[in-house]
Amino acid sequence: MVEDVLEIDDSVFDAEVLKSDKPVLIDFWAPWCGPCRAISPLVEELASEFGDKIKFVKCNVDENPITPGKYGIRSIPTLMFFKDGNVVDQVIGMVARSKLKEVINKIL
Amino acid sequence: MKSVDYELVIIGGGPAGLTAGLYAARAGLNVILIEKIVPGGQVLTTDWIENYPGFPEGISGPDLIWKMTEQVKKFDLNIESNEVISLDLSAPVKKIKLNDRTVTSHTIIIATGASPSKLGIPGEDIFWGRGLSTCATCDAPFFKDKIVAAVGGGNTAVQESIFLTKFVKKVYLIHRRDQLRATKILQERAFANDKIEFIWDSVLISIDGLTNVEKITVKNVKTGDTKKISVDGCFIWTGITPNTEFLKNEVKVDDYGFIIVDSNMQSSVPGVFAAGDVRSTGLRQIVTAAGDAASAVFSAEHYIENL
Repeated sequence: MVEDVLEIDDSVFDAEVLKSDKPVLIDFWAPWCGPCRAISPLVEELASEFGDKIKFVKCNVDENPITPGKYGIRSIPTLMFFKDGNVVDQVIGMVARSKLKEVINKIL
Repeated sequence: MKSVDYELVIIGGGPAGLTAGLYAARAGLNVILIEKIVPGGQVLTTDWIENYPGFPEGISGPDLIWKMTEQVKKFDLNIESNEVISLDLSAPVKKIKLNDRTVTSHTIIIATGASPSKLGIPGEDIFWGRGLSTCATCDAPFFKDKIVAAVGGGNTAVQESIFLTKFVKKVYLIHRRDQLRATKILQERAFANDKIEFIWDSVLISIDGLTNVEKITVKNVKTGDTKKISVDGCFIWTGITPNTEFLKNEVKVDDYGFIIVDSNMQSSVPGVFAAGDVRSTGLRQIVTAAGDAASAVFSAEHYIENL
């Protein structure tokens, strides 16, 4: 699998997400979360489709507690959309590809 | 025979859909499985399964699904990520409207499963993902050493509450009756677990907090008394609602919206079958979903042969 989705940690969150010049979709996940592992291929597919316009990153909440804590994440998978350093939308739980595309098209 | 795109369209990729896919692909039917998100369904949120035969040590929900997916791939089952918008069952050739096109088929197996029911109480929509959850295996670690509430008294509520105690300090298990509906072995484990405190004869009436869940209000259905309890999270397992939005009134359903089928898994429309949690039945298990699906494919094959 091509690395379309960049794995980030707390230390680079500011640089990779908040200061990104492109909108960012961040996938908060953990290895023990079945639905997270299940949707990760879907996120990868979306990354190969929209990767030129949106930056796709993922954050393992187990290893990086600071970022999810800061954004009040209590449920995963959570997909959060950032634009110019601000949260513009978020999707919690497993949702259909059509719904994700709808959100992506809205923020583009 | 009229020309159709498929002999069988399977809608849904949980245990019922994947089993139907396995049987149909192995039987050489011209079949497609339509899955809206990714294969798995509710099983993906199940921590540990001890009652699916063949796994004496037990198996996690996601692992079981991946094994099922691997197995259907051996028989080259065509799985498409798409969404069924509506069905037109007015003619023997059934029309299935998808996101981007309409396909035709002689038979359909509806295996769309069910989703956790909502309570319809204040706070429920606001706190979703902010302390309110229906997936303990996903979210329990966020509540390490915290206090949570769980609502329900069936197998899911009791099993998942026990799972929560691996992480949390305390679980208030709120149930509207004075005894659990869950199977005996789960009841015994729950009663023996000193992290679970039962709140009997009570229902949840609201969820409150600033940005996250902070408090719940429960009402005793016998006395009418209400009380507020401070919690950091709340898990709701009070039952399931069938995933049948696309169905409109095309097939007969029971009072709760589950599809009524005969012993061959056929619905009120010949050639349209239902399997697994979406059908009207007294027992919803992975093993019954798989069994339903095998019967449904057998019936679909019989239907096709007699066209």
